[in-house]
Amino acid sequence: MSTRSDLPAWVDIGLIPALNLVIAFIMAGLVVLIIGENPIKALAILLGEPLFSLQGWCNILYYATNFIFTGLCVSVAFHAGLFNIGGEGQAYVAGLGAATPGLILGGALASILPNALSQPITLLICLIGSFIVGGLWGLFPGYLQAKRGSHIVITTIMLNFIAASLMQYMINRVYRPTGNQAVESRAINDAYIWNLREIGNLFGAKLPSTPLTPVIFIALLAAFAVWYLLWRTKLGYEIRTVGANQEAAIYAGISPPRIIMITMMISGGVAGLLAFHEVLGPQHKLLLEYVQGAGFVGIAVALMGRSHPVGIVLAALLFGLLSEGGTQLSFEIQSISKDLVVVIQGLVVLFMGALEQAFHPLLQKFFRQES
Amino acid sequence: MARVAGIFGGGVFILSHLTALNRGMTPAIELINIDKRFGAVHANNNVSIAIAAGTIHGIIGENGAGKSTLMSILFGFYQADKGECRLRGKPEKIKSSTDAIALGIGMVHQHFMLVEPFTVLENIILGAEGGALIGPALDKARAALKHLADEYELDVDPDAIVGELPVGLQQRVEILKALYKGAEVLILDEPTGVLTPAEADHLFRILKQLRDQGKTIILITHKLREIMAITDRVSVMRRGEVVAEFDTSKTNVGELAEAMVGRRVLLRVEKTRAKPGNVVLDVRHLTWRDKKNIARVDDVSFNVRKGEIVGIAGVSGNGQSELLDVITGIAKASSGEVIFKDQPVGIKDSPAELRKRGLAHVPEDRHHRGLISTFTAAESAILGYQSNPALGKGFRLNRDAVVAQSLKQMQEFDVRPADPHLKSAKFSGGNQQKIILAREIGSNPDLLIVGQPTRGVDIGAIEFIHRRLIELRDQGKAILLVSVELDEIRSLSDRILVMFAGRVMGERPPSADERELGLLMAGVGKEAA
Amino acid sequence: MEFALLPEILSSTVRMSVPLILACIAGLWSERSGVVDIGLEGKMLVGAFSAAAAASYFHSPWIGLLLAILVCIMFSLVHGYASITQRGNQVVSGVAINMLAAGLTVVIGNSWYKQGGRTPQLDDASRFLPINFPGRDALFEMDGVGPIAKIFLDHSVLAFIAFALVPLSAWALAKTRFGLRLRAVGENPQAVDTAGISVARLRYQAVIIAGVLCGIAGAYLSTALQTSFVRDMSAGRGFLALTALIFANWRAWPALGACLLFGFLQAVANFMQGFHLFGVEIPVQVFNALPYIMTIVLLAGFIGKSVPPKASGTPYSKDR
Repeated sequence: MSTRSDLPAWVDIGLIPALNLVIAFIMAGLVVLIIGENPIKALAILLGEPLFSLQGWCNILYYATNFIFTGLCVSVAFHAGLFNIGGEGQAYVAGLGAATPGLILGGALASILPNALSQPITLLICLIGSFIVGGLWGLFPGYLQAKRGSHIVITTIMLNFIAASLMQYMINRVYRPTGNQAVESRAINDAYIWNLREIGNLFGAKLPSTPLTPVIFIALLAAFAVWYLLWRTKLGYEIRTVGANQEAAIYAGISPPRIIMITMMISGGVAGLLAFHEVLGPQHKLLLEYVQGAGFVGIAVALMGRSHPVGIVLAALLFGLLSEGGTQLSFEIQSISKDLVVVIQGLVVLFMGALEQAFHPLLQKFFRQES
Repeated sequence: MARVAGIFGGGVFILSHLTALNRGMTPAIELINIDKRFGAVHANNNVSIAIAAGTIHGIIGENGAGKSTLMSILFGFYQADKGECRLRGKPEKIKSSTDAIALGIGMVHQHFMLVEPFTVLENIILGAEGGALIGPALDKARAALKHLADEYELDVDPDAIVGELPVGLQQRVEILKALYKGAEVLILDEPTGVLTPAEADHLFRILKQLRDQGKTIILITHKLREIMAITDRVSVMRRGEVVAEFDTSKTNVGELAEAMVGRRVLLRVEKTRAKPGNVVLDVRHLTWRDKKNIARVDDVSFNVRKGEIVGIAGVSGNGQSELLDVITGIAKASSGEVIFKDQPVGIKDSPAELRKRGLAHVPEDRHHRGLISTFTAAESAILGYQSNPALGKGFRLNRDAVVAQSLKQMQEFDVRPADPHLKSAKFSGGNQQKIILAREIGSNPDLLIVGQPTRGVDIGAIEFIHRRLIELRDQGKAILLVSVELDEIRSLSDRILVMFAGRVMGERPPSADERELGLLMAGVGKEAA
Repeated sequence: MEFALLPEILSSTVRMSVPLILACIAGLWSERSGVVDIGLEGKMLVGAFSAAAAASYFHSPWIGLLLAILVCIMFSLVHGYASITQRGNQVVSGVAINMLAAGLTVVIGNSWYKQGGRTPQLDDASRFLPINFPGRDALFEMDGVGPIAKIFLDHSVLAFIAFALVPLSAWALAKTRFGLRLRAVGENPQAVDTAGISVARLRYQAVIIAGVLCGIAGAYLSTALQTSFVRDMSAGRGFLALTALIFANWRAWPALGACLLFGFLQAVANFMQGFHLFGVEIPVQVFNALPYIMTIVLLAGFIGKSVPPKASGTPYSKDR
């Protein structure tokens, strides 16, 4: 049983994340200090700079799109009491589901249908494809956990590595056109997600260059869908019951193995949507390593967002800001690498996840005295 | 004493009696005014016990009487809030098990403290290795083990892997562990709970030998038979206090049972005579075996009819929980059958299926099963009924319907505060129980299974809950009630079954003598009493 | 496969196995005490960075090694504090350590050396070179024996330390008081507690040992195997070591076997693009994925069964 419920809700979902974030920033500031730069200035650039330009905002939203998907992936599993570290691999393998319909079906559809019709249909199939492939890559460790008792943390870690090898092989040997030097598929033009600048051009608006696409709306929709699933459906109720108390779930006639498998399918599927976004959006092709650690950022996002879709969207925006700010920071202060953001992510995971109880006695004391 | 011996002139009986008394002059252990609270629970209330050296001293009482807490304090696992421990007359501060071991106290816990993949020898030397390398300690322990085996019938293969040994032998390893570390006082907490009768007999032989060699033994149990069989003296605990002490030879099971159960003021519930109808639940030769193939429910048969309450009395841990699990579909019977409304309960009948067929279940453990502490009250109030179509069409869960239903149930059962949005953990025990009861009764079942309906519940709520159960009975529903509170069983039930060690010891009417029921609960059949 | 390459592949197998063995034995100590260590990868990485940085500054591989060990112990203590004292989630703590390591090494390296996270090239004096024992060249040039001797002996002192650690750890776990208690605490901490032994103390000792070994593993990567630190140079070896540990069912000698096997697979993958077996081409990625596939099969209990120490991953608290 969690002792967390002793604290007022606003402390739990507001103060604790804020406190942990402040500590993470202070510690990151110490790192900046150690390498001989001004932490205040660095922080100002990191958190401020992107907010003052349209491009900055667009890029924040671009990063946030991916982080929402992976953050939801981690949190859906959390709600069933599962720690899915495999978002990275699930999002990676899902590239097959995103790219394949675009490469094969897209052309065929385009030849019989007008472009305005074939594109959306192909995209829809790609969307479903990426969800299913990512979902299957999540279902497998779910099955191993539910039916064979193999610990999901271990199996998802291993499946990340297997995913890396599999994708390297598939892209290199199957998707790369013969004679092509770069290890990537041909451009997927039949399922082409326009970015904001391209959409702007359509209306004659001059917008900054950005990888941001309308998929951000799909991400928000996914966040809503996850919220609806968890708190407004019977399945969601069963997922949360299994996560909160397996014994009570069995008492209530819920089968934990079944729920574990379904949840992992959904979790992997949501991660898979990252592939839909990245492969068909900014990249327009299937290429190596496009997930770029977003799967792991998802862990930080889910912890920071307290596993609630609203929190996840906010946390994804925050980490989007950090990613964009980190890039700008490394431009302006050459000696600070944008990997400072990874340090901050690590600190957030440490404080929000592993040390979440550390301040608890203190806060409890404080609020008990108050009440 | 010398005077007594002088008068009777040194007969053998007198002499042995004399030495026993002489030993008794300086108690091995004195616990003086021990007080311990866990939050609101007063586990030990000003307890004083003196235990004579070289005797077997029994401590008997029902679950939650405070026996284990007291012994954990003696063994340094808990610290007493108040009071003093004296060893051989000397006050000692026992702050940890290390201190206890150093003072010559050994404990055989109810759940063995063994490292299963280790060999017997490795387990025995753990914490007493005597040097950086374990080789010499292993050799020493091997020799010591041989010695102990010869002396006390404590044979066990020193190289066997402990996890592969049967339970009786594992317990022997626990005893050997304590003896190897030089225990002069040995505490055994419910040692026979996991043993077969033959193993238990062997254990008693060993304990007697240990006593005859001068060891002091404290035996915690709720089984009267054991107390009568091997102890020299017995303390009876009830609700955290020592209520009586006897020389075993000068008491009898009846007296002990009475002291243990106590004469309680019955919470008389207004009720008319039951008008039992058709059989709703029929349990036939039901047996359930655990992973170690021990029959936790052993050939149990009974039935429950419409319009009656059948109560199952018994000290907890005697198979009641397992019985409820099998009847409600949570566990699957090893043999025998359960027939609910003329249809057998099969392997495929999940708790959800049985619920649909009209079986409601208020679980014994409300924190682990009955509700989900992190959920709101409204969410807890649909646990098990989440797929009820009234709560939403198809896959949807209509939040308004859930909240409305919960609010209605809360008002009907006087849950305070009647706030469906409050977290389940925030309600008091009585109100949590009312939420569960409202949920289960609200499903309009044909059979209600109720486990420990008033555990940790305040008086007001107890009366309320009891009234509702009687009302339900009078509506013609069948109720199976399991409780460790004998007065609750007596005041509610129309028929009483007593369970002991997985078996039904007998059926009695609610008017049965309290002492007789107490004896059955302690495993003593009519013949013995 | 061309047999001419065999000596080279075997020699490379040994070199690839060394960091795996060190990290795997590190994980063995930690996990046998009941503390799951997902952070082997990260600790190895900070170890590699610290070793390279210190070695290049002090021109001594030994000072590099020492610093790598110290820094890794610090990271171990963070993990220990989170998982032992605070009873936090051990997996989350490990993930955090991996992120911190990946970020910090690049941020600090980039700021100090301005080479995108790379440390300066180390000269021979600042590296662990293969041991030059008397008669070495003569031995290696001997017909027949030479190439074989070279496979086993042409390595740095860290490699010998790694191989020596296997019997040493096996012995210490089986035969010493510390080993006995450590194994016990990973299986049943309550039994250890009632025997009057501090659970927390034992577990801290275990994670510190894991830190020391990860430090050596890191130093091997940057000052023996390579000539500098480059970003993410642990390249999943920490996870591969963890996999080997599971594959070996948390035992020292089988761990050696698993690390050698995985090292061999890495060596083969490095040496050839495409491997032919009975005329069928086996893609190189199969070799990379094979350790993980084999371990999942084992974990799922399809062949054999891998069972972790019973108490691993669960924080111990007396009052339940």
